[in-house]
Amino acid sequence: MSETTDGLAFGSLALALLGGALRVSTPFLFVSLGECITEKSGRINLGLEGTLVLGAMGGYGVSLLTGSPWLGVLAAGLCGVLMGLLHGGLCSLPKVNDIAVGIALMLFGTGLAFFLGKPLIQPQAPMLPSVELGAWSDDEQIRSALRINVLLPVGLALAGLLHWAFRASRWGLALRLVGDNAAAARALGYPVVPIRIGATAAGGFLAGVGGAFLSLYYPGSWNEGLSSGQGLMAVALVIFARWSPLRCALAALLFGAAGALGPALQSQGITAGYYLFNAAPYVLTLALMAASWTPGQTLAGAPGELSFTQR
Amino acid sequence: MDALTHTLLAADVQDRGAAVEAYRVTKRFGALTALDDVSLKVASGSFHCLLGENGAGKSTLVKCLVGYHPPEEGSFLVDGREQAIRSPRDAQRLRIGMVYQHFTLAPGMTVAENLLLARGDLPLRIDWRREKAALAAFLDSTPFRLDLNARVADLAAGEKQKLEILKQLYLGQRLLILDEPTSVLTPAEADEVLGLLHGMTRDGRLTVMMITHKFREVSAYGDSVTVLRRGKLAGSGKVGELTTQDMAEMMVGSAVSVATAPRRRAADPERKTGEIRLAVDRLCADNDRGMPAVRELDLVARAGEIVGIAGVAGNGQKELVEVLLGQRSASGGALRVDGEAYGATRAELRRHGVFSLPEEPLRNACVPNMSVAENMGLRDFDIAPFSGGWLSLRFLRRGALTRRAKEWIEAFGVRPPDPSAAIENLSGGNVQRAVLARELSGAVRLLIVANPVFGLDFAATEAIHRRLDQARNDGAAILLVSEDLDELLELSDRILVMSEGSIAHQALAGYVDVAEIGRHMAGGAGHGAGH
Repeated sequence: MSETTDGLAFGSLALALLGGALRVSTPFLFVSLGECITEKSGRINLGLEGTLVLGAMGGYGVSLLTGSPWLGVLAAGLCGVLMGLLHGGLCSLPKVNDIAVGIALMLFGTGLAFFLGKPLIQPQAPMLPSVELGAWSDDEQIRSALRINVLLPVGLALAGLLHWAFRASRWGLALRLVGDNAAAARALGYPVVPIRIGATAAGGFLAGVGGAFLSLYYPGSWNEGLSSGQGLMAVALVIFARWSPLRCALAALLFGAAGALGPALQSQGITAGYYLFNAAPYVLTLALMAASWTPGQTLAGAPGELSFTQR
Repeated sequence: MDALTHTLLAADVQDRGAAVEAYRVTKRFGALTALDDVSLKVASGSFHCLLGENGAGKSTLVKCLVGYHPPEEGSFLVDGREQAIRSPRDAQRLRIGMVYQHFTLAPGMTVAENLLLARGDLPLRIDWRREKAALAAFLDSTPFRLDLNARVADLAAGEKQKLEILKQLYLGQRLLILDEPTSVLTPAEADEVLGLLHGMTRDGRLTVMMITHKFREVSAYGDSVTVLRRGKLAGSGKVGELTTQDMAEMMVGSAVSVATAPRRRAADPERKTGEIRLAVDRLCADNDRGMPAVRELDLVARAGEIVGIAGVAGNGQKELVEVLLGQRSASGGALRVDGEAYGATRAELRRHGVFSLPEEPLRNACVPNMSVAENMGLRDFDIAPFSGGWLSLRFLRRGALTRRAKEWIEAFGVRPPDPSAAIENLSGGNVQRAVLARELSGAVRLLIVANPVFGLDFAATEAIHRRLDQARNDGAAILLVSEDLDELLELSDRILVMSEGSIAHQALAGYVDVAEIGRHMAGGAGHGAGH
């Protein structure tokens, strides 16, 4: 008797983790893909946490004003583009360090979002629609686990597209060249600075869209604790994924599952250590970074122009 | 002339190497005039050599010609027509290509991607199957063999050089400019590459302009030569009509006699060498990528001898030196100095009198933004007489540091003679002198030296070689790692050849067969002539 209960509990826990992975991973996915583009061009944008929060606020506000959540997503992306242009532009000035600028923009973005977002805490904006992948099942738990947002398949398709583009498109090759050896790119006549600014802006767009997901789908409201560092974790995730968009997608799902561990256990009635289990993504970040970073060795696959690969 | 003949003539010109002329070119960087009113002529289909010391303006001149930094004054003529070359794209349009001294490849990308990126007119979507077939066909039309799918970071230096040249040939260049193309190659690789390019100039399809400082290459492959000195034209002529002595005099600027042949140390079997100072026993070490770089290497250095380590860059010399200096940990084997186990700690360095002159001293032996006096005190700032005082709290005595720095600056001729200047603002030669003062003024028992004259001019090189000789005669054991075989032949008592992480060959001074050394430098693993 007890064995069957255990089996059931385990099954529904796995289902809850899967559901969590599908639900929570989208912002990780978008931010990490955006950061992947930026880092492939040879710059690190640590400010994507700020972009994410600003995007969440902007997207929520526009959705509230216009009544269209999709316009909200677009607005969030545009917020991200502006932040990206700011980062890219500042870093193109002589003797400006991209990491320092990133930290400044992270604080700037979150601060600006909190300041402008004060009136948005109370009202309810129109949400993004969801897709019922579990409509075939009678089981409410399965249906709820497979209820996903449209942005998730868009993000997964984007990961595939980026994987292809980095390998077999003019833009992808030029981007990687600029990120791997800027002097060579200059000698071949590729415009290094514009490409990097463009890559940072594109990365900002994706991070902004990731923010819109937070405020317009899950958790689906605007408040100041919305992101809790997801933008930063996504940056770490790019390093763990070794700058591959496909591995970024896998890692995002993994982080999503880890983030769902606490709520899933709680739904199983295990409440002891709830906050501890909620810290799982952070612990995972630290563990993965420690495991994938061997001292004294340069990271395989790292773009050669990144400031931390330069010796 | 009617349109048809004009087109035919144009096509004819396009198939031949470009004729290039520089007319009174001047280039300034701030207050420094890097090129001053320089003119030169390169005939179509010729192999032209550009000679000069470091800093003579050779690289600046060719970078002007390829549009990397356009000159302030003067003009360039290609096939007799004046051309404005303001950017690398302009040079590309004229089919002038440059192979840089430092590789301009993207290390994280494949050979095929690097070749394709050089082309510049990529389609938005790349059909890799078709492009790879086209690239393979192109490779077949040249004698070079490279794996299109290999990552550039995994290629040997000789292969990277071949890829650089292939890249330019792929673009269909009519003028190829090479900036010291053989500095990282074995003699056999160098002869292979230059021989091939020479052959292409004989067909008239290509003009080659090569920056070099090796007279042997000029005599063997050059048709004509231009010599620069301190940014000015020092002379030019046909290779057959100038002797090596003439060219050397143009290079250094006066009629001083220059010994172009290395003054090999007479083999003196009677010469006593002392006790073993450094013993390396089956040493292993990994490189930055975690791959074995030093493999079971054995060597000894005795008091009163200079042991030269020859080898092509990238065969583990850098890692060996880093282990000896404590910058890298060994993965196996043992180091002994004066018979005691040695781990390059500060106490051991001090006890055994171990000093070093690593390559790139500004990075490996200095704190760039600290002053010259502080850098000169890095070995002993924490012991008397430079620290001490009240309650033995070891306060730094800046006065003593500065006083000593002034003495050393005077003795070693460091310019500017200001102990408080940040060392990063000194020129390369002066940084080297400041480090030399620190490392050679103590009781030196063992000295580790790596490429000590890289990037230095003639006078600075001579001064450093004299100091090393002096230290050896005073009884120090010196391990000299150098990529410059001439330097090793000139200074060493014994030459060891390092290949793929271990010692492949040993030769005593006076019994050196350069061809033999070259063969061992090339190694058995096929980094040499074609594979």
